[in-house]
Amino acid sequence: MSAAVPALALENVTVTFVSPDGGRYTAVRDTTLRVEPGEFVSVVGPTGCGKSTLLNVAVGLLAPSAGRVNVFGAPLAGLNAKAGYLFQTEALMPWRTARANVAAGLEFRGVEHAAALKRADEWLQRVGLRGFGGRYPHQLSGGMRKRVALAQTLILDPQIILMDEPFSALDIQTRQLMENQLLELWSANRKSVVFITHDLEEAISLSDRVVVLAAGPASRPIGEFAIDLERPRDVAEIRLTPRFIELHTLIWHAMKEEVLKSYAQQQLH
Amino acid sequence: MPSNSSTKILRLWQVLLLVALLAFWYAATSPTLLPPIYFDDPNKAAFFFGEPVKVFERVWEWFASGTIYAHLWVTLLETLLAFVLGTALGLAIGLWLALAPTASALLDPYIKALNSMPRVILAPIFAVWFGLDIGSKVALGVTLVFFIVFFNVYQGVREVSFTVVANARILGASNRQLLRHVYVPSAMSWVFASLHNSVGLAFVGAVVGEYLGSSRGVGYLILQAEGTFDINAVFAGILVLTAFALLLDWLVTLAERRLLVWQPRGGETEKI
Repeated sequence: MSAAVPALALENVTVTFVSPDGGRYTAVRDTTLRVEPGEFVSVVGPTGCGKSTLLNVAVGLLAPSAGRVNVFGAPLAGLNAKAGYLFQTEALMPWRTARANVAAGLEFRGVEHAAALKRADEWLQRVGLRGFGGRYPHQLSGGMRKRVALAQTLILDPQIILMDEPFSALDIQTRQLMENQLLELWSANRKSVVFITHDLEEAISLSDRVVVLAAGPASRPIGEFAIDLERPRDVAEIRLTPRFIELHTLIWHAMKEEVLKSYAQQQLH
Repeated sequence: MPSNSSTKILRLWQVLLLVALLAFWYAATSPTLLPPIYFDDPNKAAFFFGEPVKVFERVWEWFASGTIYAHLWVTLLETLLAFVLGTALGLAIGLWLALAPTASALLDPYIKALNSMPRVILAPIFAVWFGLDIGSKVALGVTLVFFIVFFNVYQGVREVSFTVVANARILGASNRQLLRHVYVPSAMSWVFASLHNSVGLAFVGAVVGEYLGSSRGVGYLILQAEGTFDINAVFAGILVLTAFALLLDWLVTLAERRLLVWQPRGGETEKI
């Protein structure tokens, strides 16, 4: 496969929702987003700007109203089999233990039960949850549940990893731990990542590229910034480097207006 | 959770209350102990309310001679069959309707009508259809259990988090796997939540069915005793049924603890 083919390409995607009473709401308009194989891209924007909508289109949960989605050059039909998705909210099956949750994807794909559990244990160890396999989700902390969800997604070795504000519900320390862990796992086996967040610092410290979305409705990208910070990174330390602060200032200037717009719109409602 | 010692004190009071109630029953119905307050004839109180000593004697007789076991077994069998069949039917139809919106919209008024109908009036019809043996009692129990399970399953499937379903699909679950690994477990948690109700109603169906016409079972014993104005035997039958219902309820609690281990309980903490 040539390097010129992006792992994921949203081409001129527009998403318009129609409510049962006939109202229309355009979440995303004419958006183009390309992600290269092995690239870590963050999408930032004010709340309600359609970030999650883009991700749902990329994974095939939503069909775009207009535009195309290509996965490694092939048009996407139905669910994106090459993608893994890490949800913002709880997505683990509460009736399965951590181990069984991690093994679920393998079992769905026909891997034998015992073999799936064995690999699940390896992955639990990799995300730092060795010995917690027998716990049910409610017996784990929020951060542990996120690790289980991460293992559940990564065990299938997806070529594209889509993450929808996965760490937004965690406290700052746990969050930085998880971010470092994510970078470590990602650099060991580089896949394409689309990371949605409203936290600019998180976006810069993790990514190769940051895409800024305009305030919704009818949101679209208004800026793209290459993040030339060296890897490997420590997300807590890199925030203190001059280049980080420079980039942060630059991107924040682009974002600020949109955040204010979004804030003004929320005041109207 | 109350501490261990306060639980013991509570239990003690519960037993004392039972003893006090039995003592009151004894005193108020004994022909010789109390002067006639309400009834002119001292034997009348005993005629209407039975005498606890004689009631317990009767229970003892039943168990000592072994005559009760055959009847209890029949009632238990009817209860279990009604419970299992009603749950299976409720589960199957609940899953089907929850996942098929068109069929659900079509059948909605019929289900509401069937559910509002006082189902005990079906007992005579079931007796005609299935005879006076256990079949008609099981049928009555099934109609009672079915709706409880059905509505819970329906609710359970509807309440599955969208994210959990989407996540399972992205992880590669086919429609069958989605049913087996997501919808059924979610529905089962609601079914288990209603387990006490459905077992209780299966029991009600069995006993009411027996009472309305049968040749075996504890309900039949009560019916017989009533026919001969043997009030002590009626109370003895009620006592046996109550004890039996408590036993069933306790077994359900045990099953629930085992099966719903994945659900958080209030105030649960765990040492790591």
